[in-house]
Amino acid sequence: MKRVQFQSKTLPYLLLLPQFVIISIFFYWPAAQAITSSFYIEDPFGFGSTFVGFANYTDVLFSAEYRAIAAFTVVFSVLVTFLVLSLGLLLALKADAVIRGQSAYKTLLIVVYAIAPPVAGLIGMMFFDQHIGPFVKFVSLFGWDMKVGLNYYDTAFAMIVVAVWNQIPYNFIVFLSGLQGIPVSVREAAAIDCKSGTRRFWTIILPLLTPTTFFLLVINMTYSLFDTFAVIDVISKDKPANNPITLVYKVYLDGFRGNDLGSSSAQSVILMLVVLVLTMVQFRFIERRVHYG
Amino acid sequence: MSKKIAFAGLALAFSVTNTYAATTITWWHGMGGRNGEVINEVAQKFNAAQSECVLNPVSKGSYEEALSAGIAAFRSGEQPNILQVFDAGAATIINAKGATIAAEDLLKDNGFSFDRNAFIEGVRYFYADADGKFVGMPFNSSAPIMYINDEALKKAGVEAPKTWEEFETIAPKLKEAGYIPLVQSQLTWQFTENFFSRNNIQFASNTNGYDSVVDTTINVTDPNHVMMYEKLKAWYDQGLFGYYGAAWSDNQKVFEDGKAALWIGSSGSFGGLQKTAKMPFSATFLPYWNAIQGAGGHSFIGGAALFAMAGKPAEENKCTAAFFNFLTSTEIQKFYHEATGYVAITSAAYELTKSEGYYKEKPAAEVGILQLQLPSGEWNKGYRLGFYPRIRAIMEREYNRIFAGEVTPKDAMETIKKEADELLARFAKTAG
Repeated sequence: MKRVQFQSKTLPYLLLLPQFVIISIFFYWPAAQAITSSFYIEDPFGFGSTFVGFANYTDVLFSAEYRAIAAFTVVFSVLVTFLVLSLGLLLALKADAVIRGQSAYKTLLIVVYAIAPPVAGLIGMMFFDQHIGPFVKFVSLFGWDMKVGLNYYDTAFAMIVVAVWNQIPYNFIVFLSGLQGIPVSVREAAAIDCKSGTRRFWTIILPLLTPTTFFLLVINMTYSLFDTFAVIDVISKDKPANNPITLVYKVYLDGFRGNDLGSSSAQSVILMLVVLVLTMVQFRFIERRVHYG
Repeated sequence: MSKKIAFAGLALAFSVTNTYAATTITWWHGMGGRNGEVINEVAQKFNAAQSECVLNPVSKGSYEEALSAGIAAFRSGEQPNILQVFDAGAATIINAKGATIAAEDLLKDNGFSFDRNAFIEGVRYFYADADGKFVGMPFNSSAPIMYINDEALKKAGVEAPKTWEEFETIAPKLKEAGYIPLVQSQLTWQFTENFFSRNNIQFASNTNGYDSVVDTTINVTDPNHVMMYEKLKAWYDQGLFGYYGAAWSDNQKVFEDGKAALWIGSSGSFGGLQKTAKMPFSATFLPYWNAIQGAGGHSFIGGAALFAMAGKPAEENKCTAAFFNFLTSTEIQKFYHEATGYVAITSAAYELTKSEGYYKEKPAAEVGILQLQLPSGEWNKGYRLGFYPRIRAIMEREYNRIFAGEVTPKDAMETIKKEADELLARFAKTAG
């Protein structure tokens, strides 16, 4: 194969420049500012500030509340990621097997993706409303007195359901296209060798889907950590009180609601480090097992 | 020829100055729905009343969002002329010396007269400094009052309670009649801050935080305050008090639907409630404890004030002053009071509204003002606590945990005190 190379030494850098400028303005610069202000306790209006070293970090890390929120964030992210992946895959497998009316089936599943997260949150809020929510009325028949907004676990349940529901279509589309990318010849050969459909799935289909799954794993992790913000904001109705929230929401609450820039900056730096480590782990250890075919 | 051009230029210059003669000032606020529309109407009235200034109101979402937007804008030099800041954010903006021009100074420097005593008792101190000088201009002012489901009380054959002791005697009868005897909408405002004001108990050290930000501590562990929450929890367990979480509307809905007998709301809820309530209702003062000595004074003022932001050209400040002056005029106060249900903040506006017979028609609209005109005690002038929106969030968390049965009121108050005092100490450092 012929290798294509740049003749000029400066051209590649020149071509990279626009992207680099964008990243600098929207990421490096604010990140540097966050790191600086995380070492200060500052007046909201910017008049006075006191250098406090790592106090903002230690205050946050030693706070029982912050650790409880961190624990919920882990549980929430793992659950959402797992549920979204497995349900998306299940639906894709079923849709792949459907022959007649496949496009109608697909469209119905994908249409949810067109709902923006805040709107999904609103729908969820109505669905789980203490007074008028149909789901709440339904489960009360079974003796579950559901109180979203008052009971921690009920609210967590509602948040997870809405977050999962909103992200399934994306997983569905990607899995479906992944499934359709598996050569028919491979499937047919497998069908001759093995009668059990389940076994064929675990030994042939799933390994061939690993690149798709890995991609979705990364996307879903980011989704559940960051993009669920709107869902949480709407369901907690502005007043989280004792209800579960994620770390990103806490950054917002302390910074933009509480006007405590120092603590909020320290929290966002911590979050930045967590994501950095997470990404490294994903690419180092999980990607090794991915089979790109 | 050159003369003609010069004339044309001159004419052009004149026409330009004419077009731009009016100074535009902006007003950021945190009101939506009907209250947001009324703000636009007030601005239209101001613009129609004079020609030098054009006021441009902009909604920034909720109270918290308006404050955050104002802060961010100030830091980048893009602040509006007028910023609406809610009660809990008062310390944030008043302690940022140099962010605002005190309303009283602004008015006097621009040749307007200003009389503190023209304002009703309850609004005089909350947005003022320790010497009583108005820093913020009180705007939409409210008081937590008790709304009454008239049908429920009639059915149970009881009178509306003035004190919590009276409530305890009638509550079982209301329950028997098939109602939830009591609901509220914001524990922090109605059962903490205004528990301290109505019962005349010190809320925080350093004279409720007015004297200094250094070493200010909060007094939520006061035995009477703990007792209030022990009572609420006991009432909740006995089915005498309904609690549906920290969100305002989830709790109000129960009253609107006619399922609850008494609801602690805001005097500003009156306008909306007229449309949503499914039964006849009336209102009375927020109850207090008869057993606590000195109780029964006025409540803290709730709602929000307008702040004139610093760093603006003199002619814009002049317009801001003109607007503040316009806003306190009797006619506008009366209009705003009747359109929204927020209380009239000057005695003259109150007297005018009264003389026109408005309260005979709508007695519930008067309750907030009457409550704010009750006697002043030592501890009901106001409170000034830094990072207070965050402290409220801590309270909301712990109060929910009380009703979920996870903590006792006493433990909850101790947690709040510990975390709130840490935040207050942090706030003292921001001034460093």
